[in-house]
Amino acid sequence: MAPSVCLQEMIRVIRSARTQGEERGVIQRECAAIRAQFRQADSGGRSHNLAKLLYVHMLGYPAHFGQMECVRMIASPRYSEKRIGYLGAMMLLDEKQDASLLITNSIKNDLSHSSQYIQSLALCTLACMGSAEMCRDLAPEIERLLKASNSYIKKKAALCAVHIVRKIPELGELFTPSAHSLLSDKNHGVLHGAVVLITELCERNPGNLDEFRKAVPELVQIMKGLVTSGYSPEHNVAGISDPFLQVRVLRLLRILGRNNDEASDAMNDLLAQVATNTDSSKTAGSAVLYETVLTIMDIKSESGLRVLAVNILGRFLLNNDRNIRYISMTSLQKIVQTDHTAVQRHRGTIVDCLKDQDASVKRRALELSLALVSAANIRSMMKELLRFLSTCPPELRSHATSGIFNAAERYAPSQRWHIDTILHVLITAGGDVRDETVPNLIQLISVASELHCYTVHKLYRALISDISQQSLVQVACWCIGEYGDLLLKGDCDEIEPMQVTEDDVLDVLETILQSHMSSPTSRGFALTAIMKLSTRITNNIESVVSIYGSFVCDLLDLLGETNTSSQANQNQVNTTSNSTSSSVQENLLDLLGGLEPTPGKGNILFYFNLFTGTMSVTCLCVFSAPNVTVYEKGGVNLKLQCDNQTETAITVTFTASNSTQSDITSFTLQAAVPKSVQLQMKAPSGDVIPAQVCPHFCRFSTQSAAQHLKMRVRLSYTSQGTLCQDMVQIDSFPSPAWN
Amino acid sequence: MQFMLLFSRQGKLRLQKWYVPLSDKEKKKITRELVQTVLARKPKMCSFLEWRDLKIVYKRYASLYFCCAIEDQDNELITLEIIHRYVELLDKYFGSVCELDIIFNFEKAYFILDEFLLGGEAQETSKKNVLKAIEQADLLQEVNYSLSLSLPHAVFMV
Repeated sequence: MAPSVCLQEMIRVIRSARTQGEERGVIQRECAAIRAQFRQADSGGRSHNLAKLLYVHMLGYPAHFGQMECVRMIASPRYSEKRIGYLGAMMLLDEKQDASLLITNSIKNDLSHSSQYIQSLALCTLACMGSAEMCRDLAPEIERLLKASNSYIKKKAALCAVHIVRKIPELGELFTPSAHSLLSDKNHGVLHGAVVLITELCERNPGNLDEFRKAVPELVQIMKGLVTSGYSPEHNVAGISDPFLQVRVLRLLRILGRNNDEASDAMNDLLAQVATNTDSSKTAGSAVLYETVLTIMDIKSESGLRVLAVNILGRFLLNNDRNIRYISMTSLQKIVQTDHTAVQRHRGTIVDCLKDQDASVKRRALELSLALVSAANIRSMMKELLRFLSTCPPELRSHATSGIFNAAERYAPSQRWHIDTILHVLITAGGDVRDETVPNLIQLISVASELHCYTVHKLYRALISDISQQSLVQVACWCIGEYGDLLLKGDCDEIEPMQVTEDDVLDVLETILQSHMSSPTSRGFALTAIMKLSTRITNNIESVVSIYGSFVCDLLDLLGETNTSSQANQNQVNTTSNSTSSSVQENLLDLLGGLEPTPGKGNILFYFNLFTGTMSVTCLCVFSAPNVTVYEKGGVNLKLQCDNQTETAITVTFTASNSTQSDITSFTLQAAVPKSVQLQMKAPSGDVIPAQVCPHFCRFSTQSAAQHLKMRVRLSYTSQGTLCQDMVQIDSFPSPAWN
Repeated sequence: MQFMLLFSRQGKLRLQKWYVPLSDKEKKKITRELVQTVLARKPKMCSFLEWRDLKIVYKRYASLYFCCAIEDQDNELITLEIIHRYVELLDKYFGSVCELDIIFNFEKAYFILDEFLLGGEAQETSKKNVLKAIEQADLLQEVNYSLSLSLPHAVFMV
């Protein structure tokens, strides 16, 4: 065949370009030339030009200007031009382009061309990119070709029909009669096409199943012929006669035998024969066996046959070829629920696959292993799974931990075993345990009451060596908070005793708070643990207080945003140094008890105030500043509240509420302070106060001690249609409780 | 089969055959992502992988990766055989095929593929028959071409 010199020369030039820019330059020049040539009615080089354009397109450059040229080429009488034109159509036109419709007529003509090679081009293109409209138009032609043509065309027409049926399932009716008769053709290509067509017809329209079930004996005969025939050089692949055809026939038998006793019976012997006689040393044979197994498992086969199938899969598991092992596990996964006992027999091999190098194989092995866990094998399986966990690839770890927890929960032989398993997973893979499982784990631990001491000791020890695994940190902190006294007592059965002091515990919790690795949730857990411990710790209140001091922000986060309901807690707990009287403790417990570690969800406002300075205060005060009304008129009420930000700065919060029947709108607040005071206004919560409802916030922060602060406030708002403006002078601010 | 891609170890596309309608943009995206995924695989790994909702079957022959996307019910092992058959056809046609053959004669690689697969399914399971058909078509093209040079308006019919 004469080489297309122009094309190859262009390819050479493009490839020799040293940079992307240079390549682009060459391409641009070539495309310009090609475009110019398209415009001429030049006869000789047309196919070369289009070929060049197609090459450029494959490199990723735009080539839509070639679409019309494709249409023209397809209409050409010359084979060389048609050939490249149709190729161009398949590459540049898809059914979404309008231009594709333009070739429908050419295709129609070419389908009845006297040259089978030209017919072939049309068939190929239609099957590749034919739109629904084109298919509808040309279906009758295809049907005709199915019946009255040679094998070369028949086999192509059959696959073209498949495409048509995929596009417009209703057209399947057109092909159903001819499809069946194609099965008596001797040509393998035609048979293959026929089988694929019948498969498609049955899948698209279950109504066809009955009709085609009549073909089961024929299909069985075809298979028998292939399996028992002597060596046929034309179709032989590694000792298997036409594995492609065999696989398709088996797949069709599967569809026909499904849920149908009679059909399943008719194919039973054949399947046994294929399963037993097919040599699986090469891929071709394994492909056939694989399809056979899938068919056996899906139809109504005898139990003996099913066992045979599962055993084949078991054998596949031992195959050196990794692909075959993978396939085997995919199939076993499909049947593990229905044929659980049969698959259990191969559990050992499956578990061995957990150690395979390939991550896909590992994943399959993990899925299967988890599916095979049962009450009978839980102990040994869990050993394997935990061993797997330590070498597990990162993408599988969270799935593995979840699977292990589920299995442990379902089949735990004892509480101690269960707790041990949980602890093991948290310690080896705590970083991959999903956040959602933490509450569940905590719940399980809290229920196992005899094991609290053991649990908290183990978790504490794990924590001191590694605080990077968030789930471990969270569960450990929770346990330390709950069972801290057990931890501090030091001894515990089943574990070597270890002296743990209050300092040690606070240290580790503080380290967690300070670490950049700790997530906000973990910090919340750590703080809550400290709060719980503070009721038990007798010697280290100073440390506790100083920790609170360092982590005020976290504390505030933990306990929630400000809520617009002025549910200000009026309790003031105030006490002096040294004596941690029991009344303090009681009050603390009162306020803190019932607090769940759910950061960000509180709806009670607490302000923690720290007293430092010359007094040796060693207690914690919990209070909320008093709320003073500064303005009350016409249903509008303005309250004020002061809070310390730091020693020299306070935050003043104005809370406006509306007790009238209608909304207050355009509510604004302005404040003026003496020159010595700096004022900073924060954004208000809005300028509309809905009727009868939630108060409205305005916040100012000033750099001034409360006792020195004076402020003049101007209010402006619209109520019931009238604009109101007022001024309020505030000379004394309620000081937050000082000592 | 939904599509077949041939690409080099550097990720350069040598052939793309699509059997499903997708926009150019989508095709480019799929190609880019899939090529990246396959190239990242280590040599001893399995030939099959799950990608999006498709099954991918790939095999490397010398410097070229042959990559097919098949549907759920399709047999992965037979797809490997299909890939192998295509390589054999190329090999027979070009005489010990190498990547350069496919680069410089890409349109012929397509013609051969189109004689072996149609609409994503195998149309001819005999190697001999595929090669015979290609040979005949090439002959037709050759005669056509030489005729067209001497008589610009001749139409050749078989």
